[in-house]
Amino acid sequence: MAVNPLIRHAVERACHACGRDPTRMLDIVRGVQQRLGHVPDEAVDLIARETGAPRPDVAGVVGFYAFFSNRPQGRIVIRLCGDVVDRMHGVERVAEALVEELGVPFGETTPDGLFTLLWTPCIGMSDQAPAALVNDVVVTRLSRDVARQMVGELREHEDPHRFVRTYGDGNNAHPAVRAMVENNVRRAGPVVLADLERGAALARALRMTPAEVIREIKTARLRGRGGAGFPTGMKWEFTRAAAGDRKVLICNADEGEPGTFKDRVILTEHPDLVLEGMTIGAWAIGAQEGILYLRGEYAYLEAFLEQVLEARRRDGLLGRSILGREGFDFDVRIQLGAGAYVCGEETALIASCEGKRGDAKARPPFPAQHGYLGRPTSVNNVETFCCAARIIERGAAWFAGFGTPESAGTKLFSVSGDCHVPGVYELPFGTTLGELLDLAGADEAAAVQVGGPSGRLVAAEGARERRLGYEDLATGGSVMVFGPQRDPLWIVERFLEFFVDESCGVCTPCRVGNVLMHDAVRRVRAGLAGESDLEQLRALATTVGMASRCGLGQSSPNPVLSAMDAFPDHWRRHLHARSEPGLLPTFDVQAALRPAEMLTGRRSEVFPPREEERR
Amino acid sequence: MNGRLTITVDGRRIEARAGQTILEACQDAGVYVPRLCAHPKLSVYGSCRVCTCLVGGRATAACVQPVQPGMVIENDSDRVLEIRRTIIEMLFVEGNHFCMVCEKSGDCELQALAYRFGITHPRFPYMFPERPIDAGHPELLLDHDRCVLCGRCVRASAELDGKSALGFAGRGLRRRIEADGPRGLAGTDATGDDTIAEVCPVGALLRKGTAYRTPYGRRRYDHEPIGGDIDAPCGEAQEDR
Amino acid sequence: MAGKHTRPRVATCSLAGCFGCHMSLLDIDERIFELAELVEFARSPIVDKKRFDRRVDIGLIEGGCCNEENVATLREFRRHCEILVSIGDCATAGGVPALRNDIPLAECLAEAYVGGPTVHNPGGRIPDDPELPLLLDKVYPAHEVVRIDYFLPGCPPSAEALWQTLVALLEGRPLELPYELIKYD
Repeated sequence: MAVNPLIRHAVERACHACGRDPTRMLDIVRGVQQRLGHVPDEAVDLIARETGAPRPDVAGVVGFYAFFSNRPQGRIVIRLCGDVVDRMHGVERVAEALVEELGVPFGETTPDGLFTLLWTPCIGMSDQAPAALVNDVVVTRLSRDVARQMVGELREHEDPHRFVRTYGDGNNAHPAVRAMVENNVRRAGPVVLADLERGAALARALRMTPAEVIREIKTARLRGRGGAGFPTGMKWEFTRAAAGDRKVLICNADEGEPGTFKDRVILTEHPDLVLEGMTIGAWAIGAQEGILYLRGEYAYLEAFLEQVLEARRRDGLLGRSILGREGFDFDVRIQLGAGAYVCGEETALIASCEGKRGDAKARPPFPAQHGYLGRPTSVNNVETFCCAARIIERGAAWFAGFGTPESAGTKLFSVSGDCHVPGVYELPFGTTLGELLDLAGADEAAAVQVGGPSGRLVAAEGARERRLGYEDLATGGSVMVFGPQRDPLWIVERFLEFFVDESCGVCTPCRVGNVLMHDAVRRVRAGLAGESDLEQLRALATTVGMASRCGLGQSSPNPVLSAMDAFPDHWRRHLHARSEPGLLPTFDVQAALRPAEMLTGRRSEVFPPREEERR
Repeated sequence: MNGRLTITVDGRRIEARAGQTILEACQDAGVYVPRLCAHPKLSVYGSCRVCTCLVGGRATAACVQPVQPGMVIENDSDRVLEIRRTIIEMLFVEGNHFCMVCEKSGDCELQALAYRFGITHPRFPYMFPERPIDAGHPELLLDHDRCVLCGRCVRASAELDGKSALGFAGRGLRRRIEADGPRGLAGTDATGDDTIAEVCPVGALLRKGTAYRTPYGRRRYDHEPIGGDIDAPCGEAQEDR
Repeated sequence: MAGKHTRPRVATCSLAGCFGCHMSLLDIDERIFELAELVEFARSPIVDKKRFDRRVDIGLIEGGCCNEENVATLREFRRHCEILVSIGDCATAGGVPALRNDIPLAECLAEAYVGGPTVHNPGGRIPDDPELPLLLDKVYPAHEVVRIDYFLPGCPPSAEALWQTLVALLEGRPLELPYELIKYD
């Protein structure tokens, strides 16, 4: 069978660039996607042949990641962020304008093959919403007019970069970045958002034994900053102690939790601190191989980070014999993600680094024993590495002097939503929610989602004295503020929609349970539920949280359960609102009859439409 | 890894071998742990979660979790049975399981689990998804309506047949088994002699020409509940209201 | 449950079903005499009674709901019956009629009345006489429409299962059927 030469060329280039290594499948598929605008079946065949990977594995990767498509896409793909916060800031009006201007609905490509219009979950720009990705270029603070103007310009020059005319602050204006993104750092603390003397912490670490480094991290009581809060020192110790010489250290920069954007700011302004922490971690666990897993949405930072890596290699801070220490070899490669929230979960992230679908893996074995390509692996958050570097630089006691006994150090909070001063705040753990809300100018906060959709929704009143920290309100950074005009159930429904879209679907409770929860919340909001349905929803949410295989399904019920606790009246006031007498409140007889009524032009006489529904 | 150790299952002390999973240790001791994705000839996958049990109050998949000395396991408590029951009901509403017209009926592990749990109807609304049927292969039939995504066939093709006839496509509720090639099963090297149909717990992957060979009343689960060969059934035939 | 009136009253109906479950009830053979002694049939095709004239103790529902009339009938049963039992796979799961549920209604009708391979309908008209009840978008199991108290799956449930269920309910005993009697086929 004759293969289209364009496809052959694209596949060969992409495979060659990755040494035909099937574990680099994400990069290979990405390369083909960029060259062809999609990954057709023919390309899947060829990739399988070139890399020796089973064809279903290649097709599985193409089908898994939102940034890959096996249908042709336009030369310019506009991904509009449909996150809750963007919706609060009028993204729907932007969406309307784009649909009008392009003449195609979401999910479609213009007939001239120039544009594809898609929704995408949070792209880490909640403090400058509404925002979109136009190919790799981030466009923030969109309005209806800006959207129209953008489409007009792109029709002329087809270059999203040219649409960006003013750059954001700090390194956003760096020649390798040139993004309109703003850092919005509102409060820089002493640990993470402070300047670092490059190599100083690493030099100190090398004067210590790996065991001493781990002990220092443990003494500092450093816990993972991604949200789960596992003690970092223990993780490193397990990985160090695991059998196998080749160990791997992965930096989780797949900052996908909606409302979180602090890693973006760290990577823009303090990448050396992150890499310093990684190199110290490599020394501690004995790793030679490091991976920075950068979410696909942050691809605009890739070239910049490559420069930083190169500079560190040049200065002996990465590569062979780091800082002249014979035998200490460690390097970092960037693995770009491709639009999958679940890859923030460490086993899914490892699968993704291995060039596979981001399906969460069964545990045990844990990554510390059997991680990336079967090697002992430690996966840590961007901010965690920053803290680790600072602990070595300034000492455990200094670090533990901030925060609370349970939660040592400072934490970066990304605040967005209904507040005057959205942005990043570095504050000591133990800061009260009220203090943070005051700093962010959240004068009218009624509800706050702490920890993103997988965290908890609390009523602002009554939670102001609660402390941000692992012992009370834990968060990986996301703090979304909602004013009194926002319906908590609307928020919960949007979050569940997100989990439905992002579940990898491996395990039953998460794959099916999120759909059932979403449907149940939708029914409640529509007035199609009774008391017992709320009880059933609570039971379902509890089961999904217990039985799911990874953190996604274990935490996706949190918004449901916390919103039930925090806002019981908001749930109850919808109950039975649209019940038909004598039928279950969940049965929507009007909706069930609608198609037949449309087809026949008749109206049901048995179940005449209710007054308010008469058209 | 040949050390013996003791675990406690529902208050009963059980001898186990180090390295065994909870499911295997229970099975050896005559305690049935319900399962769908787990299969003795295949690698551990841990996706269906039907084998969920509680270890120290935490839910864990018995087919994945290795035993540890002194482990205290809840396998037959109300809480555990409720989780499993919910998962089985989820599988029923997620797909299109029309037992009355399915040739696997009576031999189907999903159906048998529902029988064992005394499920007369699911508590969740049926989704009735639109799913295709791949009937192009001369010897095999793949009906996605009935697929529970346990991945046994994917593993069997790789691990037992030495092929890669099947894989996973899509994610979330759109996750599905996909044959290796745009032409479906017919375009793969799978044959009727492969093990992929044999390991399928439901009627999703069938060998053609074998339907209804066993008459009603003589099928695998007509009289004996699933797991009945391992232990006595829990015996709650109908507890529904 | 007995006591207030001489014999407990039983009502039955077949909604979107095939009457197979009713046939299965007749399969209790000679016990049909016993049943006639035990109960009084109220609204039921078995005695050709089409209306409820008073409250009924047990209602047996065969079939799910495929149209507005089914919904109205089911609601009437729920209103008049103390205990409502879903009988058979159509009532408990939608059954064979629900095979249409993944196809949009317009396509179903077009296939059935216009484009189907065995259809001769030169006018291409889809029946929509006002006498015909409006179809629902899909077939719903009975318990998705009204509250159901007991469930007896099966296609059909065996005569034995039906008999044991009825006797247990009539005697006010908890419904505990042996393993062999709960089957989905």
